[in-house]
Amino acid sequence: MTELSSPCVNFSETSFDEFLETRREPAWLLSLRRAAWQTYCDGDWPTRSDEEWMRTDLRSFRLERFAPPMAGGGSLRVDGLLSRNVELAGNVASADGSLVEQHLADEVRQQGVLFGDWESMLEEHGDLLRPYLEKPLVESSYDKFASLHAAYWTGGRVLYVPRGIVIKQPLHSISAMGDGKTDLGRTLVILEEGAEATLLTETASSDESATGFHCGCTEIYVGPRARLRFVNLQNWGLGVWHFSQQRVRVGRDASLQWTTATLGARLSQVNQHVVLAEPGAESQVNGVLFTEGKQHATCNSLQHHAATDCRSDFLYKSALQDTSRTVWRGMIKVDQCAQRTDGYQRNDNLLLSTRARADSIPGLEIEADDVRCTHGSTSGRVDEELIFYLQCRGFTRKEAIRTVVTGFFQQIFDRITIESVREAMSNAIARRVRDYE
Amino acid sequence: MADVLKIENLHVHVEGKPILRGVNLKLVRGETHALMGPNGSGKSTLGLAIMGHPKYEVVEGAITLNGEDLLERSPDERARSGVFMAFQRPVAIPGVKMADFLRHAATNVRNPDRKEGAELMPMRDFRRELKARMSELKMDVEFARRYVNDGFSGGEMKRAEILQLAMLQPKFAILDETDSGLDADAVRLASESIAEIGGKEMGLLIITHHDKLLEHNPPEFTHVMLGGRIVETGSRELADELHNLGYDRIRATYPDDEVENRTLLDKEKAGV
Ligand SMILES: Nc1ncnc2c1ncn2[C@@H]1O[C@H](COP(=O)(O)OP(=O)(O)O)[C@@H](O)[C@H]1O
Ligand SMILES: [Mg+2]
Repeated sequence: MTELSSPCVNFSETSFDEFLETRREPAWLLSLRRAAWQTYCDGDWPTRSDEEWMRTDLRSFRLERFAPPMAGGGSLRVDGLLSRNVELAGNVASADGSLVEQHLADEVRQQGVLFGDWESMLEEHGDLLRPYLEKPLVESSYDKFASLHAAYWTGGRVLYVPRGIVIKQPLHSISAMGDGKTDLGRTLVILEEGAEATLLTETASSDESATGFHCGCTEIYVGPRARLRFVNLQNWGLGVWHFSQQRVRVGRDASLQWTTATLGARLSQVNQHVVLAEPGAESQVNGVLFTEGKQHATCNSLQHHAATDCRSDFLYKSALQDTSRTVWRGMIKVDQCAQRTDGYQRNDNLLLSTRARADSIPGLEIEADDVRCTHGSTSGRVDEELIFYLQCRGFTRKEAIRTVVTGFFQQIFDRITIESVREAMSNAIARRVRDYE
Repeated sequence: MADVLKIENLHVHVEGKPILRGVNLKLVRGETHALMGPNGSGKSTLGLAIMGHPKYEVVEGAITLNGEDLLERSPDERARSGVFMAFQRPVAIPGVKMADFLRHAATNVRNPDRKEGAELMPMRDFRRELKARMSELKMDVEFARRYVNDGFSGGEMKRAEILQLAMLQPKFAILDETDSGLDADAVRLASESIAEIGGKEMGLLIITHHDKLLEHNPPEFTHVMLGGRIVETGSRELADELHNLGYDRIRATYPDDEVENRTLLDKEKAGV
C-alpha cells in the first residue's frame, strides 16, 4: 500500500493541530482525539492479508486527495429520500460534516428527548455523553480508518431517549456531501430502559457521480426492554469512498430492527456488529444492496450472542449490475454462556450481469451447546423464463427485469413497516435497474 | 373484417434441434380450434413460438396477425397486439403480488403505446374489475395478495392463468393444457369460465387431452399434431374420436411423423 503510506498532506500532524484549534470542545474530548491520532500514526493501513479487507481493493484510494472537514464547512441541502411523505418528530441535517439545520418537536423535547448535532449536545450534555465517548463500542484501534475517525470525527447526530419514553413519529437525519468533500460523521443513539424510537438516517451527495470520503461510526445502545427501529441508507455519489463502523448493543429483553440499504459509493466497506449483550435480547437486521458500474461493497457482519435466550435474525439481499461486486462475510458468534441462542443468517444475491460477482462467506463460531443456528446463501442470475412470462403479459423487458428485481427484495420490504422507507427504497432500486446482460 | 392469426410453414428449432417441421394454421377471431396430439408432438412449442420465446428459433415460415409480421415483434409487443397464451407450466415470480402484476399487465395490454413509467390504470377501477372477475371465477380475494404462482398448487396456477385471460381479454388465446392438474369440479368450472369470459369473442386455440373443456367451448376445427407437424385437421368429431380411441389410427396413418415424434421424445428422456 505504498500510495497510502506516502505523506498525507491533508491529514497530517500540522493539520491535526490546526484542526484541534478549531474545535470548541471540552479538554477530555480533545485528549481523546490526541490519543486516537497517536494510534492512527502508529497503525498500518489494512492490507489484503487482513481478513476483513481481503477482497477489498484500496489501491486507488488516495487519502491526500481529501481534506479534514472544517467547522462551518458545508451548506449543501439535499432532499432526503426517507423523509418524503412522513411526519417527523425531528430532523438533523448536515453537510460536509457541519450542521445545516435541526429541529425537534416541542412535545418530544419536553419529555427529555435529546436529538441534535454533537456541538450543541456536548455543550449542554457533555457529562451524559462523556462515558460513551470514553468507552466507545468502536475501539479507535480497531483499524486505521477507525483511528482516523476517532481523531477527526465531526458532525453526525446524537439521539437520547430517556427511560420509558415512546416517540411515535420517526426522527430523521441526513448527511450531505459536496463533490470531493469529506464527511467524518458519528452517530450515537441511546435508548434508556423501556424507551421506543424510530430513527431514519441517510447520506446523499451533491450529484450522482460525486466523489468524496466518508469515514464514519455508528454506536447504538438499546437499553433493557427498549425498542429501536433504525434505518440507514447509504446513497452517496458513485465516486465516494465509504468506510463505516457500526455497532449496536442490545440489552435485556430489548429489540432492534435495523434496515440498511447500500446504493451509493464506489467502494463501501462496512462493519456491522450487533451484540446481544443481555438475556432475551432480539435483533433483526435487513440489508438491501444494489450495485452497478464498478461499485464494490463489502459488509462484515457479526451477530454476537453474549447472553442466554437471545434471538438474532439477519437477511441481506443484493442485486448486482454491470461489473459491480459485493462481498458479505457473516459471523454468528455464540459465547459459552449464551445458551438457548437462536441465530439465523442469510444472504441472497441476484446477478444482473455475467460480469458481476457476489461473494458470500457465512460463518458460525459456537461455544455454547444448547443453540439453534442456521445460515444460508444463494447466488443466481435472473431467470429468463420469468422475464419471458412477464413479457407475455405485456411487460417490456426492462419492466420485467425491474419487476423481478423488486420481487427479489420484497421479502425485506415486507419487513419494513414504515411505508415511506419501503417506497423510497423500492423506487430507488427500480430506477437504477437498466437491462440485464 | 375479423382478426386473423396465421401460421404458415412454421419450422422451429430448439437448441439447434428441429421441433416443428412446417406447421400451417389459420385462426380467425371468434373461432375455436382444438389442438391435440401425443406428448412431445410440439403443441407447447407452437404456442411458445407464437409468443416469441427466445429459445424457440423460427428458422422458416411466418406468423402474422392481420397480415402483419409477428416474428418481428418482441413477446411483450405480441401480448400488446392481443395474443395471449395460458402456460402449461406457469412460472413463479417471488415477491410480486398477483394484484400488482395484473394491474401492470392490464395497463400495458390495454394501452399498447404506454411508455415505461407512465401511470398505471387507476387503482380503484382496477380493484373493482379484479374483484368482479375473481368472483366470477369463484376465487378468494386473498389470491390477489399472493405472489404470482409462488407456492400455488397445480390447480391454482391454472386458475390464475384463466384470471389473466379474463383481465387481458386478448384477441387470440392459446390455452395450453389449462385443464390439466384439476379435479373434475375444477375442470368444469374452468371450462365454463373460459366460455363465460368471452371465449366466443376470441380466437381460441385449445390444447387439451380431455373433453370437458371442448364440451363447453365446442371447436369448429380439430388439429392433430404428430412429430412437429399438423397431420390431420377435422371437425369436432375428430376430437371425440381421439378421446375415445386414442392416437393409434393417427400413428399408423403417419408412420414417418410417428418416428419423428418418438425420436424427439427419446431425446427428451435422454436429456439431450
Ligand atoms: N425448452 C426445451 N428445451 C429442449 N427441448 C425442448 C424444449 N421444449 C420442447 N422441446 C422438445 O420439443 C418436443 C416437443 O415438446 P412440446 O412442444 O413441449 O410437446 P407437447 O406440448 O406436444 O407435449 C419435446 O419432445 C422436446 O424434445
Ligand atoms: Mg405441452
